[in-house]
Amino acid sequence: MKLDNNVKNALFEFLLRMGDDRLILGHRLSEWCGHAPVIEEDIALGNIALDLIGQASAFLNFAAGVEGKGRTEDDLAYFRNETEFKNLQLVEQPNVDFAHTIVRQYFFDVYSNLVLTNLTSCPVNELAGMASKSLKESKYHLRHSKQWLLRLGDGTDLSNEKTQNAVNNLWRFTKEIFDIDETEKLLIEKGIVPEMSGFREKWLDSINKTFMEAKLKLPEDNLDFSAGSRNGFHTEHLGHLLAEMQILARSYPGAKW
Amino acid sequence: MIIVFLKVINNKDRFFINNKIEKQIIGILLDVDWFKLLYYIYLEIIVGDKMEDEKKLSEFQRRINSGEVIEPKDWMPERYRKQLIRMMGQHAHSEYVGMLPEANWITRAPSLRRKLILLAKVQDEAGHGLYLYSATETLGVDRKDLLEQLLEGKAKYSSIFNYPTLSWADMGVIGWLVDGAAIVNQTVLAKSSYGPYSRAMVRICKEENFHKKQGYEIVATLAKGTPEQKKMVQDSVNRFWWPALMMFGPHDKESPNSAELMRWKVKLKSNDELRQRFVDLTVPQARAVGLTLPDPELKYNKERRSWDFGEINWDEFYNVIKGNGPMNKERIKARKEAHENGAWVREAAEAYAAKHKINRKI
Ligand SMILES: [Fe+2]
Ligand SMILES: [Fe+2]
Ligand SMILES: [Fe+2]
Repeated sequence: MKLDNNVKNALFEFLLRMGDDRLILGHRLSEWCGHAPVIEEDIALGNIALDLIGQASAFLNFAAGVEGKGRTEDDLAYFRNETEFKNLQLVEQPNVDFAHTIVRQYFFDVYSNLVLTNLTSCPVNELAGMASKSLKESKYHLRHSKQWLLRLGDGTDLSNEKTQNAVNNLWRFTKEIFDIDETEKLLIEKGIVPEMSGFREKWLDSINKTFMEAKLKLPEDNLDFSAGSRNGFHTEHLGHLLAEMQILARSYPGAKW
Repeated sequence: MIIVFLKVINNKDRFFINNKIEKQIIGILLDVDWFKLLYYIYLEIIVGDKMEDEKKLSEFQRRINSGEVIEPKDWMPERYRKQLIRMMGQHAHSEYVGMLPEANWITRAPSLRRKLILLAKVQDEAGHGLYLYSATETLGVDRKDLLEQLLEGKAKYSSIFNYPTLSWADMGVIGWLVDGAAIVNQTVLAKSSYGPYSRAMVRICKEENFHKKQGYEIVATLAKGTPEQKKMVQDSVNRFWWPALMMFGPHDKESPNSAELMRWKVKLKSNDELRQRFVDLTVPQARAVGLTLPDPELKYNKERRSWDFGEINWDEFYNVIKGNGPMNKERIKARKEAHENGAWVREAAEAYAAKHKINRKI
């Protein structure tokens, strides 16, 4: 598929968003490795982190190709600064505890399943292929986070309290997930990214059902600030995450690993 | 009388009566009819059992000698069971604790490819831990109890994991030397007499081979990299060489359990034999990538067709085992914190499962 320059740029941006979401969330999950509540979760969270970072690698590799400036996925991961990262604020939030980790994951997984399903019919073959491969993994991730959400919400009084607290803390990061900006409008217009209207309703619908079953309450919808992470506006957490992630690669410029 | 009698028969560990005074007492007592009766019943039941056990034991040893595999439901001497629980438990703990030093570098891995490989490796180790805990449970212990022993500092794990990972090169050197040493150990354990353990070793060894290959690849890459990278990897080898040799345990003559374990074919090669094999395998690999092993006494011995090497610092070895290694406290602290912070999660899962059973009944 031959693309105009402005469409190319938009596609590059879109791929960064897809890649960065997965890279940053995968990084957060990888922090659990060796410290999970049971050894089975060391394995499960590690597995999900692996999937997500693998997906990130594929999306960023494709992004670098679309950009056509000779950069690699590693250049994009290791040599961009905070404001150049386009991941959602939700995924950069710290692990805090298992409840925050699961709630963050569940919010993302429901969204990710929607987007990836949508993208499987994308006319850009590489993107459609990546989406359908990722979707298989994402369905498993959603099963995992949903099952845990039910257990934590409907487990003990303490676990319900901790989980409700996590929901309340993370809720404010969910609105921007569905903001559609010029970049996405252009891609939708060109038929590269399928129509995404109604996503927030579908997302809310899933969340509502699960919350009901999990005995959790949806917080008041008083989203009073505009986030804009898709344009590089982040919380302060991202900078520290990147400092850790990029330290080695940046300390030895030009070295091969 | 009854008390004397009970005292005599309660002394189960001493086979039959081998104490002169006891023999005299029995001699006198045998004149008393009712005692005679009790005594013969005792011979029938307790000694009979003992003789039965002796028979079982020799049959067990015969099976071992002819290379048969012992399965969980088979009869086995209590000592065999205990020794296996100790060894397999230690092995499971080593995999579990062994995640920590490498997990320390996942978030800092210098490329996405290396990050994925390292993450997969540490995840494999968690899998090995889980698999070995389950294999140990076939001997009638609970994972919960094994973990408790670990957290209370009562159970050992491989001393190598009490050393810190200070540079990225350690991710290569650990794969190469530590997984490499584990493979030398485990290839032999794969032929051990206890079925679940030997099968676990076969499966685990396949993955450890991957880890070693990937580790060596990192080492080779750094060794032909920038001067800084070369320095980084040589420094790492200097730190890990001796602790890797310590992984094989004390000299054979200092190894208290060895003889028994070898008679039962739980162990098939001695610590020193395995250590030698590891050195012979590793020296050429170090040379191939231009790395120096930090042992001035390392020299090829033409007669033995083996590498001579220097003496391990056994003070260090025993000190690390006793808990005074550079990272013992941190490793146990990390395991304890994960366990304690996870308590509410495990309780929630249990409560949920219990509720669901109730719901289904209704
Ligand atoms: Fe392992
Ligand atoms: Fe191992
Ligand atoms: Fe390994």
